Amino acid sequence: MSGRVLVGVKRVIDYAVKIRVKPDHTGVVTDGVKHSMNPFCEIAVEEAVKLKEKKLIQEVVAVSCGPQQSQETIRTALAMGADRGIHVEVSGKDYDSLGPLQVSKILAALAKKEEAQLVILGKQAIDDDCNQTGQMTAALLDWPQGTFASEVSLEAGKVKVVREIDGGLETIKINTPAVLTADLRLNTPRYATLPNIMKAKKKKIANMKPADLGVDLTSRLEVLRVDEPPQRQAGMKVETVEDLVGKLKEAGKV
Amino acid sequence: MAVVGPLSRVARLGRNICRNHRLIFNKIPQQRGIASCIDPSYGLTDEQKEFQKVAFDFAANEMAPHMAEWDQKETFPVETMRKAAQLGFGGIYVRPDVGGSGLSRLDTSIIFEALSTGCVSTTAYISIHNMCAWMIDTFGDNDQREKFCPDLCSMEKFASYCLTEPGSGSDAASLLTSAQKKGDHYILNGSKAFISGGGDTDVYVVMCRTGGKGPKGISCLAVEKGTPGLSFGKKEKKVGWNSQPTRAVIFEDCAVPAANRLGEEGQGFSIAMKGLNGGRINIASCSLGAAHASVLLARDHLLVRKQFGETLANSQFLQFKLAEMATKLVASRLLVRAAAAALQENRPDAVTLCSMAKLFVTDECFNICNQALQMHGGYGYLKDYAVQQFVRDIRVHQILEGTNEVMRMIISRNLLTES
Repeated sequence: MSGRVLVGVKRVIDYAVKIRVKPDHTGVVTDGVKHSMNPFCEIAVEEAVKLKEKKLIQEVVAVSCGPQQSQETIRTALAMGADRGIHVEVSGKDYDSLGPLQVSKILAALAKKEEAQLVILGKQAIDDDCNQTGQMTAALLDWPQGTFASEVSLEAGKVKVVREIDGGLETIKINTPAVLTADLRLNTPRYATLPNIMKAKKKKIANMKPADLGVDLTSRLEVLRVDEPPQRQAGMKVETVEDLVGKLKEAGKV
Repeated sequence: MAVVGPLSRVARLGRNICRNHRLIFNKIPQQRGIASCIDPSYGLTDEQKEFQKVAFDFAANEMAPHMAEWDQKETFPVETMRKAAQLGFGGIYVRPDVGGSGLSRLDTSIIFEALSTGCVSTTAYISIHNMCAWMIDTFGDNDQREKFCPDLCSMEKFASYCLTEPGSGSDAASLLTSAQKKGDHYILNGSKAFISGGGDTDVYVVMCRTGGKGPKGISCLAVEKGTPGLSFGKKEKKVGWNSQPTRAVIFEDCAVPAANRLGEEGQGFSIAMKGLNGGRINIASCSLGAAHASVLLARDHLLVRKQFGETLANSQFLQFKLAEMATKLVASRLLVRAAAAALQENRPDAVTLCSMAKLFVTDECFNICNQALQMHGGYGYLKDYAVQQFVRDIRVHQILEGTNEVMRMIISRNLLTES
């Protein structure tokens, strides 16, 4: 199957960073904090590059929506083997309120524009843990979706996806074009090699604005307040089962 | 396969996201922990940041989890090093036509600094291997480059640098290993001491005497393992650098093809010194990585350990000490990177700058790591904690590739010789 795969990559705060809430409680501190590609997006890129290496698809296009720094994330995808990149520039207030609905509108528009066979995304981002963008993109495109993929195989005109679900593993076969979201065990992302990093410099990243795609970025959500999770309270030791039941009743739990 | 393991501090990850990470707090250095002012990616180009990222990822995933075990079991981690070579780390500044990555000295420094946070000893050996590969790439003829470099760049074969002898360390030019020309071979007699990788490596870049006394009588030969007359001493027991074997290399009527001579007769000492200029930057870079990791470990410990009713981080003395450590770390980094840039451009002051960088950085970084150990209190002395391994591993950087005393000789000679 020849064809193009669109891979969405998100620039998020690096997973090893200790997150701090801003003093005004409007969000978390991002200035001067190390960012990197969302780990699930890395898995998505790896899967796309693997499909290209198996000659099942022809071109991998990496897309990111965000400010100027998102280009670094696209470069990482290029260094892993993506062929070209698209940077949809969103900054300032628009970026603060950018969420799955807006991104999925952008991705849907791009998928149509690029005539993609597959859109592969990470299942969720580690900053907002929304787990919505893949599903919304599929809905907007009216394409089938294979989410939480732990195994993907392409066949003529179809994709077989093994999904990780609560009860175990579910295997589905869906028609292409389709949207897939990568789960943890889909693959182990490769390290970019030094030669590939240098080759990535020559690969193109196209710039565009959401308006170019006719996408309206207004958010339907308003963040009221961001707080740290409550400190874990100390527990209590009880002597007998009666004590335990008594304490639970006191706390209104029983 | 993605491997999952328990996480302690990084609760926001929920279930098991990181591949292969065991962030057991303070036992394995959390190298990717962020402290903005000492972030080593400042001032780098996007491409250099990518190189650095790969090196940091490799160090955190493939090296750091094994660093203590390699030290304790004295394992020469061949498979891990070959994985590194697949990423291009086997011949970082070797030319691409023979399998190298063709990067600059600065790129190399950045890479070794990042790798070193995973394991100093292994990274230091990789840097020695790189130095040998470069010497053959630069001074070898095309036959020699094609014969040796591709295997070295892929780490199919490993290399050792043989200059020091039992009787000549700092006074390297007084070396005695002789190489007598007989037909189309040189017959080597003598022995080399303290050779990193000796006995386990395949290609030995040997400085030996083909002519008269002094540096002008020295030539450089590539000797292959298995050559009759080549043998090795016992494996030395060391305080650190335990993931690389160190042995004496012994030549007894060892016949080496003259075709293995790098450069001209009498050029050997110059080749050796040119190799060491880069080697000094690399060793200093390894010290930087260790110091960086140690500062993060110390910082994390100060935030957790409580005495006298509050965390150590509230003690002004320790705050000031940490600030000094961070300042010296950044100063060291700038000096190494400046020296790397000077060497890349072949500036007239490059040799002296490399010596200054090696001198300053290895000393300062050892002090930083030592101070970090002190901040850990009794725990710092336990092998369960990584900081003691950083201290032990980088102690030797003040001695090899030219002692810090020899560095002072080079620098003072530059100042006091009228030219």
